[in-house]
Amino acid sequence: MAIASEQQTVDLREPSGWRRTKNQIATVGMWIAFVVMLVPLGFVLVTVIGKGASAITWQFLTNSNIPINVLPVNYGGVGPAVIGTLEITGFAALMAIPLGVLGGVYINEYGGNHVLARIINFFADVMTGVPSIIMGLFIYTIWVLHFGYSGLAGAFALGCLMLPIVIRSTYEMLRLVPDSLREASYALGATKARVTVTVVLPAALGGIVSGALLAVARAAGETAPLIFTILTTQSLNSNLFSGANTALSTLIFQNATQPYTGAQARAWGSALTLIAIAFILMIVARLVTARFARYDH
Amino acid sequence: MSIATRADSAIPAESASPLTKRRPFGDRSFQVLALASGLLVLIILVLIAVSMTQQSTTWFTTAGWSGVFSTDWDPAHNAFGALPFIYGTLITAAIAIIIAFPVSIGISLLLTEVVPRRFSRPIVYVIDLLAVVPSVVWGLWGILVLAPWLQGIYQSIASGLTGVPVLSTFFGGTGISGASFFTAGLILAVMITPIVTSLSREVIATVPAIDREGAYALGATRWEMIRGAVWPHSQAGVVGAVLLGLGRAMGETIAAALVIGSSPTITTHLFSTGYSMPSVIANQFGEATVGEFRAALIGMGVLLFVITIIINLSARAIVDRSVRRTQGA
Repeated sequence: MAIASEQQTVDLREPSGWRRTKNQIATVGMWIAFVVMLVPLGFVLVTVIGKGASAITWQFLTNSNIPINVLPVNYGGVGPAVIGTLEITGFAALMAIPLGVLGGVYINEYGGNHVLARIINFFADVMTGVPSIIMGLFIYTIWVLHFGYSGLAGAFALGCLMLPIVIRSTYEMLRLVPDSLREASYALGATKARVTVTVVLPAALGGIVSGALLAVARAAGETAPLIFTILTTQSLNSNLFSGANTALSTLIFQNATQPYTGAQARAWGSALTLIAIAFILMIVARLVTARFARYDH
Repeated sequence: MSIATRADSAIPAESASPLTKRRPFGDRSFQVLALASGLLVLIILVLIAVSMTQQSTTWFTTAGWSGVFSTDWDPAHNAFGALPFIYGTLITAAIAIIIAFPVSIGISLLLTEVVPRRFSRPIVYVIDLLAVVPSVVWGLWGILVLAPWLQGIYQSIASGLTGVPVLSTFFGGTGISGASFFTAGLILAVMITPIVTSLSREVIATVPAIDREGAYALGATRWEMIRGAVWPHSQAGVVGAVLLGLGRAMGETIAAALVIGSSPTITTHLFSTGYSMPSVIANQFGEATVGEFRAALIGMGVLLFVITIIINLSARAIVDRSVRRTQGA
């Protein structure tokens, strides 16, 4: 800022030289890049809200019968898919978040400079880049082939996807907790586990929770891991542990290629529901960060 | 690292090992639990490689190298050549990265060098918003809204370029379709922009302030400062970020499956229909009841896994090294 104000008072450069023009071109280019990113986002949001809002009613979200594709959108609803998405994502979070937090605790609190901790940290990072479809195929080969399609298999696939993200974000947050906190509690005679659970984790809680919520938000919208594990059905199956299930994302994938306006309208309505779920999770994550994060970057 | 972090302050100085008897059971079991959770990452990665390779061996053994890397994909006649899909994966990822690279660099420079800190927060939120839109929603929008609209544009570009030597090989041709390599590349570009942006921003933020101030003190404009001080420092890291984006683009499934046009062809015409590895797995897995068909699809998953792991390993190594070097630690 100091530089900018000085430019106005004492300007030693040529008034409209090529250098300055080039600088302006570059700045405009950066803003254009930002606008280029905004255009598809705005476009997709406007379309999804425009086409999805008219489909969404209470009946659409809760009716337990997904009608056949030719029927218009005011018949039945997508209740089974809503329940499936919530159940599967919820159970995946229930498995992946505790394990991920523990993994992050191991890397930062117990690993130190140990080779194993560095290897785990490195591969957790590599694992975040493994395509989500691979997780689906993996659970298919290791679980579905032996025990059949179920919501549980879908939850396993989503859990595999969330685990490395939660580990990495927990690790990043624990790194920010100052050592003086740990040392103060050790000086009081606390064991390492007690220090970690009662002092270190609470200090980093805001960041850990928001990182976990962002992982859940990403997983809730995933389709590829689910198509190989839950085998999209049309009827309600609230039993997570056996039988084929359904989810909003796989329903959209199926209906996107249907020529019927009813099926397409159901896809738009489901898309809006899915985006709303993901956005709500993200906003809650942001609020948690703003409210509870004690140590920020 | 300081001495304090190396000597674990939880262990009394005279105790020989971290798992000495004097530590209570709960304390030790917590450590074991944490270790087990950490090891889960390695176990899952190994299991992915083993179980998927096991399920796809019939494809690799019956088809052989020449069969796997052939252009002939005809499940009805037991021909499972993966080359059209490998080609499509590489082409769409390349288009995505060519488009996403300048946009991501532009946004990350905007965030680090131009916009003051308090205004950069909202921009970061918008990028996060982009990252959280599900893949299937991009696909739905791509196939029902974007592709029909692009069809006309492609057609006019192609007719305008007939006869132009180089450009018509890429943007010409006869089988022009709204769902094509290029549409898939565009959607993938949008989807990888958030990750490439946030990674390059991370790298650019490690450029020491003293370098920036030095460049300004010599009378450099902001752009000259970026070229002279920021770019040399962050070059390697940005390359790593782009590689990570490339890995994401290659593995992106559902959006590509909906907009790529689903036809296994190898052509230089970017406006014609194609296929990619993840999208063929997603689209045809349901029909793949015969042993070798299914093995071929899972085998393509193995190829995809190996490629993305290699890309991620090298990208991470590049980013880590450049961050360490620029921080001077």
